[in-house]
Amino acid sequence: MSAPAPAMFSPAAREMIQQLGLTRGRANQEEFAVFLESLARENPNIIVVTSDSRGSGKLGPFAKSLPRQLIEVGIAEQNLVGITAGLAACGKKSFGVSPACFLTARSLEQIKNDICYSNVPAVVVGISAGVSYGALGTTHHSLHDFAALRAIHNITLVAPADNFETRGAVLAAAKAGTPTYLRFGKAAMLDLHAPNACFEPGRAISVRSGSDLAFIASGETVVHCLLAAGFLETKGLHCRVLSMHTVRPLDEAALHQAARECRAIICVEEHSIHGGLGEACAASLLQSGLHPAFRIVGIPDEDTVTGSQADIFRHYGLSMEGLSDLALKMLG
Amino acid sequence: MASQNDMSPPARSDSQLALKSIHLRKRTLEAIFEAGAGHTGGGLSCIDILNVLYNRVLKVSPENFDSPGRDHYVQSKGHSVEALYAVLADRGFFPVADLKSLCHYQSHYVGHPTRKIHGIEMNTGALGHGLPICVGMALAARMDGFGARVFTLLGDGELAEGSNWEAAMAASHHKLDNLVAIIDHNTLQISGHTRDVCSNEPLDEKWRAFGWEVRVVDGHDIGALSTALTQRPTRPVPVCVIANTIKGKGVSFMENVAQWHHGVPSPEEYQRAQNELSAAETRVREVMA
Repeated sequence: MSAPAPAMFSPAAREMIQQLGLTRGRANQEEFAVFLESLARENPNIIVVTSDSRGSGKLGPFAKSLPRQLIEVGIAEQNLVGITAGLAACGKKSFGVSPACFLTARSLEQIKNDICYSNVPAVVVGISAGVSYGALGTTHHSLHDFAALRAIHNITLVAPADNFETRGAVLAAAKAGTPTYLRFGKAAMLDLHAPNACFEPGRAISVRSGSDLAFIASGETVVHCLLAAGFLETKGLHCRVLSMHTVRPLDEAALHQAARECRAIICVEEHSIHGGLGEACAASLLQSGLHPAFRIVGIPDEDTVTGSQADIFRHYGLSMEGLSDLALKMLG
Repeated sequence: MASQNDMSPPARSDSQLALKSIHLRKRTLEAIFEAGAGHTGGGLSCIDILNVLYNRVLKVSPENFDSPGRDHYVQSKGHSVEALYAVLADRGFFPVADLKSLCHYQSHYVGHPTRKIHGIEMNTGALGHGLPICVGMALAARMDGFGARVFTLLGDGELAEGSNWEAAMAASHHKLDNLVAIIDHNTLQISGHTRDVCSNEPLDEKWRAFGWEVRVVDGHDIGALSTALTQRPTRPVPVCVIANTIKGKGVSFMENVAQWHHGVPSPEEYQRAQNELSAAETRVREVMA
């Protein structure tokens, strides 16, 4: 449960959503549950493991329709990851589903050793990620998960921006022969992509073209970048938006192209500014001799402000207004 | 796919296996001595358990290690890897000579179990990981319906890790009667007696309270171990075999001495240990003759 959420978008942002013709989809974690159920009907080897998290993970219908393919272990995340690894080692396509805050902190050692080091094709699914739980506070936030997992060898890290990317990420993870971490939020997402879009792990998706500034973002922040790009267009600025859904392996080609073609880059993420997408991009650019004007917008290194996910996003500039203001400052 | 019988270990008498245990202790010490590193005391305490598992109980063989119907063994007390490597080499999973590279630069033979080595199911070494993994394996084995069993070996000091008890609870909840947890109950850990570091007794009552069928055996008695590890549970519950062992078993000056947890013998100590084990081998052979 969480406190009632005020609207994620300001009136001006809602107008921009209408102008851009964006339609409302499901929460990514709900899309995950629905899509995985459809895959699991065809593939009895797909097994879901939950830690009293089927409700949060919208997996109630999955449990009802495919009870033999869902294993409940109770509130025990370390055990959940170990069991997920054991299933994968024995040929099952296992998805361990638990709130990202617990999954990637309490059971980090199990992810590191049982899944990544043992190299079993398990999928670790962090739900209600980032600051999805809002005012429930820091215990329930996962602002460290990419930083922690980026330092562990042998795991693909994906934070989809919308339902389309969610389906693509789940399908790719189901087919992968190596470990995957999927990160989903619980807010309803807007559909961002054209019908001909293509999802491939490690390949950023261009959401909007432009060469004045590039927003490079992951997960639930991409939509705010797109709205900011729409707003900046009214000021005569053409901004690129890249959905860098895969934080590792990073699409360095798309990143470097943006650095060569744009005057500035803003990396945006629902994560600590330390160790996430922004620092991954910064390291790649610097080591390649590319030095565009560069800023990271995420959750700063401080006691996170209390509030809903929308409040927290607005407070730290993860909004159309905050991102537009920063872009205007950077472009002078 | 090979039949279950193809994976069965070769038949041997208790005396033959007792003789093999002494031989495996010599190999374990040799590997540790050559590497200049290792976990001596716990390796020697669990040799008889591993010997019985791989030479009498487990339906697994080098030729059929990829078979989905094989039994699974995960060594949760991964630090006793030298003993496991010695048993796997003896069973033909890889050449004995490979052990000379243990812990050497660029060797696949890491100081804890790794899947790079034929016969190793999972990478372990951090404690409290084996049992949760084996719960997953036992669930998978039950789904597949091949009748495979899953075994793990835990140290008694390792039981302070809470993840073991999460898994113990889940295993009985899911009625995993194809799962066996073996406790190498040597009562010593790196800092001293387990009862002094953080007492976990009474172990049998704890596991029973978690819904397991508990069997307490002499962990150096080949026959008793064979029975405890072979017999299926009388109810649909997992089995816990508490194997009472002696840390450093077989070498007089290492037995029940905590400092040998990861002590490496000097050349003189090594020779003395090998001489003691050779003498024990001779005694067993004389009895057998």
